[in-house]
Amino acid sequence: MKRLINLTPSKPVRWLLGILPFALIILIYIVASDARLLENATDKLLPSFGQMGETLHSYALEPSKRTGEYLFWVDTYSSLKRLLIGITIAALLGFTFGLLTGAIPVFHAPVSPLVTVISLVPPMALLPILFIVFGLDELSKVALIVIGVAPCIARDIQRSAGEIPQEQIIKAQTLGASSLQVLLRVYIPQLLPRLIGSIRLTLGSGWLFLIAAEAIASTDGLGYRIFLVRRYMSMDVILPYVAWITLLAFIIDWLLLKTSQKCFTWHHQGAH
Amino acid sequence: MTAVIQATPLITAKNLWKKYGNNVVLERMNISVNAGEFITMVGTSGCGKSTFLKMLLGMEEPTSGELLLDGKPIPNEPDQSRGIVFQQYSVFPHLTVLENVILAREFEHSPLIGKLFGGRKQKVVDEAKALLDSVGLTPAINKYPHELSGGMKQRLAIAQALIRQPRILLLDEPFGALDPGIRADMHELILKLWREHNLTVFMVTHDLSEGFYLGTRLWVFDKLRRDPHSPEAYGANITYDLPVTRKTTEIPAEIKAAEIAL
Repeated sequence: MKRLINLTPSKPVRWLLGILPFALIILIYIVASDARLLENATDKLLPSFGQMGETLHSYALEPSKRTGEYLFWVDTYSSLKRLLIGITIAALLGFTFGLLTGAIPVFHAPVSPLVTVISLVPPMALLPILFIVFGLDELSKVALIVIGVAPCIARDIQRSAGEIPQEQIIKAQTLGASSLQVLLRVYIPQLLPRLIGSIRLTLGSGWLFLIAAEAIASTDGLGYRIFLVRRYMSMDVILPYVAWITLLAFIIDWLLLKTSQKCFTWHHQGAH
Repeated sequence: MTAVIQATPLITAKNLWKKYGNNVVLERMNISVNAGEFITMVGTSGCGKSTFLKMLLGMEEPTSGELLLDGKPIPNEPDQSRGIVFQQYSVFPHLTVLENVILAREFEHSPLIGKLFGGRKQKVVDEAKALLDSVGLTPAINKYPHELSGGMKQRLAIAQALIRQPRILLLDEPFGALDPGIRADMHELILKLWREHNLTVFMVTHDLSEGFYLGTRLWVFDKLRRDPHSPEAYGANITYDLPVTRKTTEIPAEIKAAEIAL
């Protein structure tokens, strides 16, 4: 018998072991839900998969009686728009500041302490200020995502810029490069895959800020909806919405990974 | 090998000192190097040979004294007059072999963004291909550096350093991490390129026989004065400055004694 640390499951076994916890959770849910519904058919806490499917059907495929909109898709569109605009602005800002502070010492000196302090301010504490300054509509929600995410990206990119070996920067200069050429041809191409990695890591907090902002002041959006129906204990809405948000997060993450692998093959083959 | 005597030496050091705080690294260096020489530098770790190379490169400035290039103070930041090959991290991981070599020409001909397109790019590509052929990298021109062996990476680093035709080539232990067989190939390559490109080479090495084999002139860096209670008080200098005839691979007895310290 080998030591435990040397036992590696084969590929099919790995797959099976990977699926097992999901299957167990679903099984436990079904059993618990059935037991509760048997006792009280109007129980709302653990709806059956059938009930959830019906609700989802009416939200996604039937127009709302009140507004005539397909709520599920309107919510998804609003939320994704806010998230993508917020993350894009945050990525542009974070990359620019991270690059400049990481590569240019005279820029680092005045800006880096500021970025560090801003990144330590809890963004949720700034939300009331954003509502006061920007009003209750789209701008304040996007601003919350930007304020929450951009400093993290900036610090990550700054650190990555510092990790590019000094030898490369000197070599570029001996090849006659100006400061701008060093930024454009040495720093930026090597930092772009790091930016994608950084976005993947910060998307989680991006969703957090989005849902928080929508929960507090909004008229549509995935976060708005689940906090709205909470009043009626509509777990048959909340659970599918949570699963949908998770799926969206997974797809965005997967798309970013694939983009990075396609555009920056050298980065993913261990050449950093 | 007879050194060509010129009116102004290429590199001159006049009473050169380098200190970091109270730590004296180099002291009282006086040397003069003519164009076309192949200087190899040996010495114990921390004896200042890498510091001297950094001063030649423009990464470090002398604390006092003068370091002159063509009789004028050497530029205090790296530029295209002095090429460099480090032991590692010398090539750009995000560019293919060909892109790594044309990069210097792109910096030259596209001052703003440092990138060429179309016909202007084709011209430098042809030049780079010829250079890559002379270092034996033709089969690998579309590969990325991480796909190359250590020896091929250094061939690339050398080709990359040579495309802008620097007058001085600085080598910082370039073959230190390579296998002996590969090293021998690299020795032939660097000698060939030194002759073909009329280079003046400064090479730091830990391998004394490599220093004797490659150089026309070998410098041993060591401390002439020592204070056992304060090892940082005195700096190193060139204790042996030997003209090397390429035929001998034999190491003089006095150097052999010093080698034990290396």
